[in-house]
This record gives sequence, C-alpha cells and structure tokens, in this order.
Amino acid sequence: MMRTLGHIVSRDILLAIRRRADVATTLFFFVIVASLFPLGMGPEPKLLRAMAPGILWVAALLASMLSLGRLFDADYADGCLEQLMLVPEPLALVVIGKVMAHWLISGLPLVLIAPVIALQFDLPAGSLGTLLLALLLGTPLLSLIGAIGAALTVGVRGGGVLVSLLVLPLYVPVLIFGAGAVDASATGMDASGHLSILGALLLLGMVLAPWATAAALRISLE
Amino acid sequence: MKLNWFKYASPATFYPLAGKLIPWFALSAAGLTLAGLYLSFFVAPTDFQQGESYRIIFIHVPAAWMSMFIYIVMAGWAAAGLIFNTRLSSMMANALAPTGALFTFIALWTGAFWGKPTWGAWWVWDARLTSELILLFLYLGFLALHAAIDDTRRADRASALLALVGAVNVPIIYFSVKWWNTLHQGASVSMTMAPKMAATMLLGMLIMALACWMYSIAAALARVRCIILEREQQAEWLAKLTQEPA
Repeated sequence: MMRTLGHIVSRDILLAIRRRADVATTLFFFVIVASLFPLGMGPEPKLLRAMAPGILWVAALLASMLSLGRLFDADYADGCLEQLMLVPEPLALVVIGKVMAHWLISGLPLVLIAPVIALQFDLPAGSLGTLLLALLLGTPLLSLIGAIGAALTVGVRGGGVLVSLLVLPLYVPVLIFGAGAVDASATGMDASGHLSILGALLLLGMVLAPWATAAALRISLE
Repeated sequence: MKLNWFKYASPATFYPLAGKLIPWFALSAAGLTLAGLYLSFFVAPTDFQQGESYRIIFIHVPAAWMSMFIYIVMAGWAAAGLIFNTRLSSMMANALAPTGALFTFIALWTGAFWGKPTWGAWWVWDARLTSELILLFLYLGFLALHAAIDDTRRADRASALLALVGAVNVPIIYFSVKWWNTLHQGASVSMTMAPKMAATMLLGMLIMALACWMYSIAAALARVRCIILEREQQAEWLAKLTQEPA
C-alpha cells in the first residue's frame, strides 16, 4: 500500500520536474497577485500591514485553485487516469497520493515564498512564524478540498472556470481561520485557537475529502 | 393491505400524480399568501422601534427559512439518488435547486431593503448575511455543474455529490463565519435582541412561511414534470399519455 502511494507521488513529482514552467507559473501568479494589491490601494504602510494576512491568503487560495486543473486533467487526457482507477488498491489511496504530490508541487513552494512577500507588506517579524505555520496547515487542506472540485469537472467543457465556482465557497473556513491566525499574532493576540481549528479542519479533510474525490472520479469516468 | 412505498418512485406513475397535486398546492399557496398579506399589512400593529419598515420580515424570514430548508431537502434527494439509483430522486433535487436559489436571493434582497432604513446600510458583514450569501454560491455551483455536463446521468450524480459535500460544509461555514464576525466587531448589529413579537405578527409570519412552503412544492412539482417530459421523450408511457385526448 505504501509502495503504491510512493509510486504515485514520485511519478507526479517527476512529471512536474520535467515541466518546471507549470510549477513556476503558479508561484509567480501568487507573487504577482500579492504585489498588485499595494498598487491598487496605495503604499500606506499601516493599511498594508492591516490587510496583509487577508491578501496573502486570498492570493494563496486563488493560486491553489488555478493549479487544480493539473491534478487530473492531463492524466484524463492521455488515459492514465483510467489505468490508475484499475489499481488493486483503494481509489482513495491513489487520490491521497495525487493530492500529496499536488501540494508538494504547488502548495509547498508557495508556503516557502510567502514570508518574503509578507515582508513587502511590513508584517511584523514575530508573526512570520505564524504565517508559515498557518499556511503549512491550510494549503494541504486547499489541495484536499480542491481535489473534489477537480474530480467533478474532469473532462467537462469550461471546467477551469466552473471549478472556481464549486471550490471557492468551500474554501471560506480555511480563509477565515488562516487569515485570522496571522491577524491575531500581528495584533499581539494568541493565534493558537485559530491554528488548532485549522489543524482540526485539516484532519477532517484528510479523512473525508479523498473518499469524496474517489466517488467523484468514479462518477466522472464511468 | 401492503403499501408499496416505491410505487411513485417511477416517473411514469409520478407524472400524473404530480399533475393532480399541483393545483391543490398552487391554490393553497395563493390563498395563504392573500391571508398572510392581509394579516401583515392591515392587522399586524406598527412596530414601535422600527416603524413600518419591519413589515419586510413577512417575506424575508420565510424566504430565509426556505432557502436553508430547501438545501437540506435537495441534499436529501441527491443522497437518495446516489444510494438507490432512482431517476426521480435526482430529478427532484434538480427541480428544487432553482426555487432554493430564488428564495436565497429574495432573502438577501429583502434583507438589504430592511437594512437600509434600520441599520443605515444596504449590507453589513453580519454572520447570517455572509453565510446566506455563501449558500447562494453553493446553489449556483450546483446549477452550474449540472448545466455544464451534457450526459444527464453523470450530471445528476456529480451535482448530487457536490450537494452532499456542500451539506457537510454548511455548518462549518456557518460557525466559521460566526466566529469571524464576533472577532471583527465592526458594523455588526444584533438581530437577536428584537423585542418580543406581537402574536399577530408571528401569525402573519407563520402563514407566509406556510404559503412559501406550498409555493415551493407546487413549483418543484411543476418543474419536475417538465424535467420528466424532457428526459423521458422516448418512453412508451409518455407517448401513450400525449396521444390520448385529454
């Protein structure tokens, strides 16, 4: 079982390394969106500091959502997905592998670059750790929830726009608690409550989302 | 006598039944609306704090109740469709979605009309308003997903799964929004501290709620009949039904 998981993760990562531009696009999208806000709102440091947690999280949400197309679409186009569904292991396991790879490719780089962007917004250095931790807990959850939407829209025309309509309302709790944690630590309050709920949501997502995604894939490919 | 619970699970038997039921529900919806409107405009007293503007609750509160209730019913039908693989259940889920979205929209719209004179703002980021808005997005996602998939069987099952995922998420979204709102104590105005309602106000509201129920049932049944006609074009029973002189 672990071997299958490992194979799926390493295969997806290998494919991503072969096509590095795709990975970089998501990352630069995140950076660009975050940089657009000061241009739109003016460079007032106080305002930027107050808005930074929300802006970073909204940008992370959008970047994660944009990369969802890569989760199943390429495999669907070349027929790999149908082969993967024939694997004797449970389909949910295959889904977990693909989601893990998706997070390593598009979530983790974003988590690592976020503190640098946060410095542009003059976020206090003390809350950078909270930001990192909140993103570490939150972005896997984004990949897990997004996988359901991606699986439902595999091979559907206009799937990219559709997936945003399906997935963004479901992202709301992640946004609230993720941005809330950073906001709390930036204003000198205790962020552990937000982080705990984010962790609880992640556990809940890890249990339920792969199962729902597997069901969605079966519906989409029957 | 043994009851056959599944007799009306088939579109062929449900179609005529729905046709017979629609006038009853439509008539009672019309009657209850007239009675409810009379009560709410002519009998119910003017509120001493909010003046006449409070009268919007007679449509606002029933619409908000319906918007949430219909989502649960819709998710229930969607689940039944996935579990029992019955065609009619998915059709019912699809027939309910536009009505639910309509009531969500009405609740938001009338809420804005009430908010302007009472709070001085068309919109505040109150927990209830925000979660109602997200509910509208969930309805729209359901409708959009169904419309985007051409194969009706796949569309039914995919949107049913989405409805279930949404139903699991609704409480999480509601509580996170509520908590978010209490942390950002901004323009929030308490809606729960409303003074005790006069009995006639409550009665008017309940009658209007009942009218909304009747309307929803009638609209959903009428819509499900259209869906049956669309999907069962090739069915023999339908050809027999349409060729017979009425």
